Amino acid sequence: MNREHANPGSATKREVNVDGAMRSFAKSFGALNAFRVESCIHCGICADSCHFYHATEDPKYTPILKVEPLKQAYKREAGPLAPFFRWFGLKRRVTAEELEEWQELLYDSCTLCGRCSLICPMGIDVAALIEEGRRAMFEAGLAPKELYDRAEHEQRTGTPGPSEPGYREKLEAIGREHNVPIPLNHDSVNVMLCVFSLDLDRYPKQVAALAQVMHHLGESCTFRTESLLVDNDAYYAGSREWQRSISRRLIDQAVACGAKVVIVPECGHAYTALRWEAAELYGKKLPFRVLHIAEYLAEKLAEGKLKLNKTNGGSTTFHDPCQVVRKGGVMEAPRKLMDAMGVDLREMTSHEGFGLCCTGGGGVMLLERARPLHYRAVQEKMREVDATGAERLLTTCTGCRFNFDDAREHFDWDKTPQSLLELVAENLAEE
Amino acid sequence: MTLLDFARGPGMNFALAVFVLGVLWRLVGIALLNYWRPKSEPRQGWLRAMMGGALATGTRSWPHREFIGRTGYGELLGYSYHIGLFIVILFFAPHVAFFKGLFGVSWPAMPSTWIHLIAVLTLTLFIAVLVRRVTNRVLRRLSNFDDYFSWFATALVIVTGLMTTGHIGASYETLQAWHLLSVELLLVWFPFGKLMHAFFIFPSRAINGYLLSRKGAAS
Repeated sequence: MNREHANPGSATKREVNVDGAMRSFAKSFGALNAFRVESCIHCGICADSCHFYHATEDPKYTPILKVEPLKQAYKREAGPLAPFFRWFGLKRRVTAEELEEWQELLYDSCTLCGRCSLICPMGIDVAALIEEGRRAMFEAGLAPKELYDRAEHEQRTGTPGPSEPGYREKLEAIGREHNVPIPLNHDSVNVMLCVFSLDLDRYPKQVAALAQVMHHLGESCTFRTESLLVDNDAYYAGSREWQRSISRRLIDQAVACGAKVVIVPECGHAYTALRWEAAELYGKKLPFRVLHIAEYLAEKLAEGKLKLNKTNGGSTTFHDPCQVVRKGGVMEAPRKLMDAMGVDLREMTSHEGFGLCCTGGGGVMLLERARPLHYRAVQEKMREVDATGAERLLTTCTGCRFNFDDAREHFDWDKTPQSLLELVAENLAEE
Repeated sequence: MTLLDFARGPGMNFALAVFVLGVLWRLVGIALLNYWRPKSEPRQGWLRAMMGGALATGTRSWPHREFIGRTGYGELLGYSYHIGLFIVILFFAPHVAFFKGLFGVSWPAMPSTWIHLIAVLTLTLFIAVLVRRVTNRVLRRLSNFDDYFSWFATALVIVTGLMTTGHIGASYETLQAWHLLSVELLLVWFPFGKLMHAFFIFPSRAINGYLLSRKGAAS
C-alpha cells in the first residue's frame, strides 16, 4: 500500500508504505521483542502506571495498547503461528488508517518514561516495545513532522534546526558573558563535553555552570565544534539510521580528541541515546565512558577532588528524570551531590526509580497538538511536588526543567525548577 | 467405544500430542528469531545482573508500594484463582492418580472436602475475573477472542470437575467423560493462546530483570 499521506498537524506530505514497513519491522523484530509481545496476558495493569491514563481514565492510553498494531504485524508476519493467522485470516493486515490513529498513542501520549515496564506482572518492558513501535511508524512514514524535521536536520548538520547566531557562537558568547573559559576543539583531552541545544537557547547559566565546574576541577576537556550538541531527536522520531549517524558524529569526535570520557549534560534523552543505545547502533562497545554530569561530579566528590559548600536554599524536592534515573540507572549520584551540599531534601511520594514522569519527555513537548493532553497529565506531578511542601524544585534534566517551567507559566504555578548542576556550580568550595 | 473410553484413550492422546508439539512449536518459533547481544558498557557485572533477573522473577508477583493502591485488587484476584487452580489440579486424589499414570510419580493428596471448597472458591473468583474483564474499561478495551475463549476453556474444566465430583446432571461415567473432554479442549487450545503465559512468565521476568539490572536501572 503506497500512497501520499499528510501527517496530522503537518504541512508537508511524505510517502506512506505501510505494508513494506510492517513486514520489514516484523522480520527484524527479534526473539527478545517477540518474547515480550507473546507474554502479554491483557491484564491492563500497565494503565495504572501511566500518567496519561491517570489524567484521563481513557483506556486508549493503556501502554500496551499503544503497540497493538505492531503486535498484530508481528503475529501475522513473523510469529510462530503466523502461517495460521494468515491462512485463516485471523490477523488482518495493519492499515495506514490504523497507524495514523495510533500515531497519537505512540508519540503524543507516551514520554518513553518506562514506568509501565516496572509494573507489568509478566515482566514485559513495555517502553522498549513502544520505542520499537516508533521505529515502525518512522519506517512507515508516519513520524510526526516536528520530530521528523528536527531529526532530519540533525543527522544532516548536527543541529536540530537553523540557528542565528550559530551554536558555537552562542557557546562562546556564554563563556564571555559569564567570564568562564570555554575549551574548544582541543586534542588529547580526557573529557569531551557537549551541550543540549535548549540549554544554549534558554538556560545559558546551565552551560556556564558546566564550563565552570570543569574549569574548577582542572579537568583536561574540550567541546568540539563538529559535535557540539548532544541532542538526538532521531531517538524520539524513531529512526535507527539517523540516530546512528547522529551518535556517530559524537563518537568520531570523541575518538579524534582522544577522550576517555564523554559527559552528557543535564539531558535525559541524550543520556539514553549515547549511554545505552549508541553502542548497539555502533555495533561494538564505545571506546570511551559515557557519564551523565551528575555521575561525573559524584565520582569527583567520592575521589575528594570536588568539594562543595553547604547551600541554604531552603527545603528542596528533587525530580528524578526518567531517562537518567529510572531507565539510565543514575540512582545515587544526584542525592550524593545534594547530601554533600546539605540540601534539606523532601522526597516526593513517588521517587527515584519509581518517580512520576514530568510528562514532557519522549518528544511530547515538541508536539504542539499534544499540549492539551500534556497539561492534563502534568497536574498529577505538580500535586506531588506541592505535597512535599518544599520551597525549591531541583532536577538534573533540561527537558524536565523546561517542562516544569512551561507548567509554571501555564498554571501560574509557584514553583521554579532549578538545575542541580547550577546549584553545584554555585557551591564550589575552594581548596 | 464409549464416550469415556474415547476421552481416556485417543482423545487424551491427541490432546497431549497437540499440547506438547504446539508448545514446542511456539517456543522454538520464537527462539529461532534473530538475537541481540547488548554492547553498551554494563553498569553492573553479569553476576549482579543475573541476580537482578532472578530477583525480578519473584518480586514481580508482588506489586510495588507505588502501585499497590491501584493494582492490588486485580492482582489479588488474579493470583488467588491461580493458587486455587494449582491446588485443585495438583492435590485432588484422582488428579494425583492421573499424574502417576502419566509420569510415574505421585505425591500426597489433600482431603476431598478441602478440594471441593477450594474449587468452588476458585470458580467464584473466576467469575469475578470475568465480571471485571467486561466491566473494567481498560480490560474490556484490551480483550479479544483469546481472552474470553481461554477463560471459557478453563472455567469449563472447573465446572465439569465440580459436576463430576458432585454427581450433578448425568451419570458418573458421562460426567467423567465431559470433564476429560473439557481438559482436552484446554490442552488443544493451550499452545495457541494466552495460556502459554504459563511458559513465558518466569523467563520474561528474568530477561527483563537482567537487562534492567545490567544498566543499574529500576526493576
